[in-house]
Amino acid sequence: MNKIKCECGHINPEGTVLCEACGKPIEGNQHIDGNDNKKLLNMRYDGTARRSQTYNKSIIDKIWSFFSSVKVGVWLIVLALIASMLGTIFPQQQFIPQNAVSRDPAIYYEDQFGIFGLIYYQLGFYELYSSWWYLILIALIGVSLVICSLDRFVPLYKALKRQKAKRHETFLNRQRLYSETETVTDEEMEQVKGILKRQRYKVTDENGHILAEKGRFSRWGPYVNHIGLIIILLAAILRSTPFMYTDEYIWIREGEQTVIPGTNGEYYIKNEDFIMETYDENDERFKEAIEQEGMVPSNYQTDVIIYKASDTSIPGAKPELEPIINKSIQMNNPAKFDGYTLHQSGYQLNEFRSMSFKIHKTDDPDEEILDSFTIDLTDPKSEYELENGFRVEIDQYFPDYELDDNGIPVSKTDNPKNPAFVLFIYPPSSDDAEVSFLGIGKNIDATGENDYKASITDFELYDVSGLQLQKDYTLPFFGLGAAIFMIGVIQGMYWQHRRIWISPKGNGLLLAAHTNKNWFGISKDIEKIIENTNIKMVKDQQELDE
Amino acid sequence: MDLLNLSSTMLYTAFLLYLAATFFFGATIRDKRTDNKKVGKAGNIGITLTIIGFAAQLVYFITRWIAGGHAPVGNMFEFITFLGMSMILAFIIIYFIYKLSFLGLFALPIVMVIIAYGSMFPTEIAPLVPTLQSHWLYIHVTTVALGQGILFISMAAGLMYLIKQIDQTVRSKKNIWLEVVIYTLFLFIGFIVITSTFSLLNYSATFEYPVGTNVATSEYNLPAITSPKDGTLITEGVMEPLFETPTWMQGADAAKKFNTVIWSFLTGTILYGLVRLIIRKRVGAKLQPLLKNVKADLLDEIMYRSVTIGFPVFTLGGLIFAAIWAQEAWGRFWGWDPKEVWALVTWLFYAAFLHLRISRGWHGERSAWLAVIGFAIIMFNLIVVNLVIAGLHSYA
Ligand code: HEM
Repeated sequence: MNKIKCECGHINPEGTVLCEACGKPIEGNQHIDGNDNKKLLNMRYDGTARRSQTYNKSIIDKIWSFFSSVKVGVWLIVLALIASMLGTIFPQQQFIPQNAVSRDPAIYYEDQFGIFGLIYYQLGFYELYSSWWYLILIALIGVSLVICSLDRFVPLYKALKRQKAKRHETFLNRQRLYSETETVTDEEMEQVKGILKRQRYKVTDENGHILAEKGRFSRWGPYVNHIGLIIILLAAILRSTPFMYTDEYIWIREGEQTVIPGTNGEYYIKNEDFIMETYDENDERFKEAIEQEGMVPSNYQTDVIIYKASDTSIPGAKPELEPIINKSIQMNNPAKFDGYTLHQSGYQLNEFRSMSFKIHKTDDPDEEILDSFTIDLTDPKSEYELENGFRVEIDQYFPDYELDDNGIPVSKTDNPKNPAFVLFIYPPSSDDAEVSFLGIGKNIDATGENDYKASITDFELYDVSGLQLQKDYTLPFFGLGAAIFMIGVIQGMYWQHRRIWISPKGNGLLLAAHTNKNWFGISKDIEKIIENTNIKMVKDQQELDE
Repeated sequence: MDLLNLSSTMLYTAFLLYLAATFFFGATIRDKRTDNKKVGKAGNIGITLTIIGFAAQLVYFITRWIAGGHAPVGNMFEFITFLGMSMILAFIIIYFIYKLSFLGLFALPIVMVIIAYGSMFPTEIAPLVPTLQSHWLYIHVTTVALGQGILFISMAAGLMYLIKQIDQTVRSKKNIWLEVVIYTLFLFIGFIVITSTFSLLNYSATFEYPVGTNVATSEYNLPAITSPKDGTLITEGVMEPLFETPTWMQGADAAKKFNTVIWSFLTGTILYGLVRLIIRKRVGAKLQPLLKNVKADLLDEIMYRSVTIGFPVFTLGGLIFAAIWAQEAWGRFWGWDPKEVWALVTWLFYAAFLHLRISRGWHGERSAWLAVIGFAIIMFNLIVVNLVIAGLHSYA
């Protein structure tokens, strides 16, 4: 490496712009920080030698320089910003409303938003945030963060460690805040030092050359916050692995007990009760709002018992269940056990558990019961042999019956919300079936010639609760990253690195100051320091084109 | 209810106090001192009135909290007025750092417009849906609002910088854009004027329109310029709509909102036109001489400093607390919901701002534009995302 020796004797690494010790601009390197035709020195990195600005030969140098450029960083951020906005023009696939004509993206976007929707769909913007190019963009930001931080942190750290109180005159008079005073007395100097200390500046005196410094640690703020961001990005990568993160969705009926999926058969859950409550419309406080907006739900709650299976080592053996938690899971109040959380997430009200029917003669006005049967909708059989000799065959079952556009009966979902059946009823000792169509509010005799009729006598309803199970070991990493990020930004934003240099010249002195932010604050400091002395207030030499 | 009456009276009082404070801040105009060491009498009265106004608004907030049983940050009216309050708080903080009375002359009127704007939304106390029943609601919303309030000060200072620095002697792209910014403010005023006018008249026109196989109704409080798609007017003796809302506008009450937007544009434009007729120059040009005695440097400093103070607060409230809450409520701390995405966009924007600021050539005017755009993004998230985009799907 071609080290550069400054006239003050300090040996600087190649690419240095301002001598690390005395700050004298090093000839031939001024273009690096854009000092060549400016009055003021660029103090952002104290004129240190940064790899990105120094080496530019190999391909690695070029990549390094590319990613360490703030300009590139800003472009990446702006691109991510624009991309993120695009994803909100139309709803993402996951937000296509339940009641949409079709939830198939190939149909939905064009159907709802016309030509723009079609383009949106074809560009793949309907799942933008998991598209390869969006992820690459975020990854590039991550790479850029790492490289730019390394590129600057190390040299800046060294330079601030090596800085001397004694500074070269050109360094001083090319600072933004600067003044020259012809004569000062020793008493005045003592007073100045005293006040500097009282303002909690760290004062170094080197043969009358003074460096007063405070808040240097705030210079590390950006690097700290960038580390926080990197941890968050790493956590996001971890989260895509099944060891660190799993989630499952469970639909569970009232009264039902089932193994919790995703727990290797270790945990069972029983839904004791699902409760949905609404606000009282007579409540004085909310009366008006409820009148205008309609009923407002006040609570979704599932009362559950969670069991731990005592022994799962023998496959096929029925495990012994030991209740571990008895809990009412509510929105904002999940159940937590052994690293898992269960959130209240959805519900279906009033699904049919069972329907009971009676059979009677079609023309019997009293509908005397000849036979009866019950269909358990959680487990419908294909055939029912009845006590008094009737036989009923379920020919077709529509759990959630409706007529489609062509008038053909179909089942909208698999949930028994509106069950309907085509039943074959075989009278005692007969092999000829009578066909009926039965549903809520519907009882159709297909041929019009049936001797017997089945009618609904009773039904049982239940609610179904949707619970979201998660095991997420990455949360602590996200938390850590966020905490470090916050510490870093606060460190960098709420404190500033202020330096004041005083250098004797003849009978007087040169006074210069620099801060990385809050010039107003440092000017106030200086005003206080020189109060009641002849020292001239610094002038702001900032060039107006900046 | 007495408490509720007291509450609204206090909000109204706060509004009037801010108005009075603005006049006193305006009176500092004759203050020829360019240094900021001492504040004149008018400035002192101005800030005192502002603080009393803030206290009054705090009383509004607390009494409404007691009356409703939950912190009043649950709907548009409550959130926007709370945002206004946090802007005032941010102003007070920045005022005590920089003692620039003049900031009040610009910041306070904008806050008043925002509070008045919020007051046009339904003001009944609404019960909280289950997702909102969490302490994180208060923690998240208050921090976000405070962060946005501080970022608002950066916009106000940026706007002052632009008004002061942009050459008004010739017509240029810059001063036209500045007029556009000012004109936007007129649109808000237009909305307030027209909404209050017709609400005083108790205007109402109801439409029925098909939604899928059902029939929905929509009650307009402004004369219908545009009707819902295939809607029929069922109120008699009111203005017939001129045209139908295009089909691609979706969501609850899309047509009614669109109608309101049209009215706001019409009224705002007329108001702006009137002002232009009276002053016979660009509004920016008219305001420019007011800022003669303020140092551009100081404005730049305030604008940047507010971003550096506001950015961490916004990050904490808008992203971190929001994520914690989402994790508690839904078991997912991030879900790419439009509201979340726009918080991310805001955050990225201010991150870009801070990075640009460390390069040369981005101080002063360019920064000022960025500060204005940043706040526009915040308002977009508050208004458009809440009322238009989020209307396409709903929580829980
Ligand atoms: C979303 C991503 C990012 C965020 C939130 C972020 C945040 C920040 C913040 C808050 C600062 C402090 C600014 C100040 O003190 O004025 C900073 C400084 C900085 N950032 Fe980033 N940053 C991000 C990405 C990047 C990227 C991709 C680069 C790559 C070029 C980068 C390079 C820098 C540099 C060079 C500094 C200045 C360090 C100094 O003061 O010496 N940042 N960043």
